[in-house]
Amino acid sequence: MASLTNDDPRIIEFDVRTDEMLVNMGPQHPSTHGVLRLVLRTDGEVVSELEPHIGYLHRCAEKIGENLTARQWIPYTDRMDYLAAMNMNLGWALVVEKLMRHEVSEKARHLRVLIAELGRISSHLVGMGAYGLDLGTFSPFLYAFREREKILDLFEETCGARLTYSYITVGGLTADLPPGWLEKCEAFLDQFEPVIQEYHTLLTTNAIFVKRTAAIGVLSPEMAIDYGCSGPVLRGSGVDQDLRRDGESIYTSMYDGYAFEVAVQKDGRYPRDHIYPAVPTEAVLGDCWHRFFVRMLEVVQSMDLVRQAIDRYSACKGSIGEPLKLMEKIPVGDAYLETECPKGQMGFYLVGDGSPIPWRVRARSSSFSNLSVVHELCRGCLIADVPAIVGSLDIVMGEIDR
Amino acid sequence: MRGPAFLEKIEAAFPGAVAGTHLEAIDPWVEVTAEKLLPVCRWLKESSDSRFDSLECITAVDWLEPDPKKAAKVTWQPHTEIVYHLWSTVSRVSLVLKVKLPRWKDDLPGSLPAVASVAGVWRTADWHEREVYDLSGIEFTGHPDLRRILCPEDWEGFPLRKDYQMPLEYHGIRAK
Repeated sequence: MASLTNDDPRIIEFDVRTDEMLVNMGPQHPSTHGVLRLVLRTDGEVVSELEPHIGYLHRCAEKIGENLTARQWIPYTDRMDYLAAMNMNLGWALVVEKLMRHEVSEKARHLRVLIAELGRISSHLVGMGAYGLDLGTFSPFLYAFREREKILDLFEETCGARLTYSYITVGGLTADLPPGWLEKCEAFLDQFEPVIQEYHTLLTTNAIFVKRTAAIGVLSPEMAIDYGCSGPVLRGSGVDQDLRRDGESIYTSMYDGYAFEVAVQKDGRYPRDHIYPAVPTEAVLGDCWHRFFVRMLEVVQSMDLVRQAIDRYSACKGSIGEPLKLMEKIPVGDAYLETECPKGQMGFYLVGDGSPIPWRVRARSSSFSNLSVVHELCRGCLIADVPAIVGSLDIVMGEIDR
Repeated sequence: MRGPAFLEKIEAAFPGAVAGTHLEAIDPWVEVTAEKLLPVCRWLKESSDSRFDSLECITAVDWLEPDPKKAAKVTWQPHTEIVYHLWSTVSRVSLVLKVKLPRWKDDLPGSLPAVASVAGVWRTADWHEREVYDLSGIEFTGHPDLRRILCPEDWEGFPLRKDYQMPLEYHGIRAK
């Protein structure tokens, strides 16, 4: 009897005879991040089995893509990961450029880095705020959205839209930055930088937050690779892979000359380029806390990249280039390219048949693969930990269901 | 993965498995026969030098020109192509595998073509194969749980086939 303590509620649970029960969570549930339905088989408070049901947002964007030209499909990529639509635009634009062997101008390249990294910050802010919401704290969400609002304002000035931008396009960008934009962006970064320490106080090092996330939903690196996980979910498990550094040359060349360190724990420590709070002793590599922490580090990393991009962009002379024509013909052949989006590696596959309309388009969703591991993570966890685990994967249903 | 040396290794390990290659393409690809797909995939993951431990994507491409006028001009015979994009997190190289299947098994419209499931090699293939089955109508033999994933269970037809007809209504909801 001495081994039974209050520290591990599962030990007590198993001692009590309970009936199995099927609990339906979603599709309309605040902590499922969209229309995700989870069916839990529970034994008391313990989840013995979990099955995700997806497809509530399915629009078959791939079929739509077979009826539109490459540039016309860009607004549909906006609606995949609608929290990081700039990065979706970029992924699609790059794969079309890869098949057409088109290179964008130097100025467009730096502007793309600037925009994509701002998009990453705004996506991670939602991820962070919504994760706090999942765990029952409301204020980080409001702070995160306050900052994200400023990024959306900046984006609105570039292209007129706040969420579905279609700004990055095949062959460049639809427009150059308006005058005075860079100053506003720099002012935002200066104001935003000290705020991150507040987030760390509010969430990262918060005792309750650590209790809810540390050693919960531990994902081993082998399993993460086996299930095709990517992005912060993969790096949270200690796998050192970031396509901005390791990807194909057409994508990595965009970041040529940029200095950044991949946010991953190596030899027991995270990159030392900034001052970060220490990893709590309870946290295990691959748990919810580490996935969250990697996102927080990437916010700082992206801020650095945005600053570097501002310098390079303003040093560039000339124009951002001309976007390709709407009815530009796509050559015969196929090309596949994955880019490092905030949620993970988003891949686009394009088959051309010589006409302006692609023969086949395919979107490989990072959240789709990241979600497919959730039943493994939730096996044997408490019901209250399910939102903590699902939230830590930072999924977006528009991208999973496409 | 570039270079013919790699190709020779596959051919040495599995004689007759390589049905075609295109090494000059933007993404060089290797076509393997449907019968040898599973052992080749297992070998690629476990024994080859590069260790392709990650399956990125499975795509089915339906090669059928529904427009009879355009169909007279095309050079290929109608078929379905399954494309596997592999990636090695160890050596950071990618590989494209292709498998050619008939559009219908034994040319009987309605009977789905089948290929071996690779869900036992990479577990991510479980969901990806379900998606390909759901949208393109390919049977994956040996898959642990092959059912629709994105469309409703009672959906009819396979939307990503080129001859797919959009249903006029679904449970009283007008579709057109």
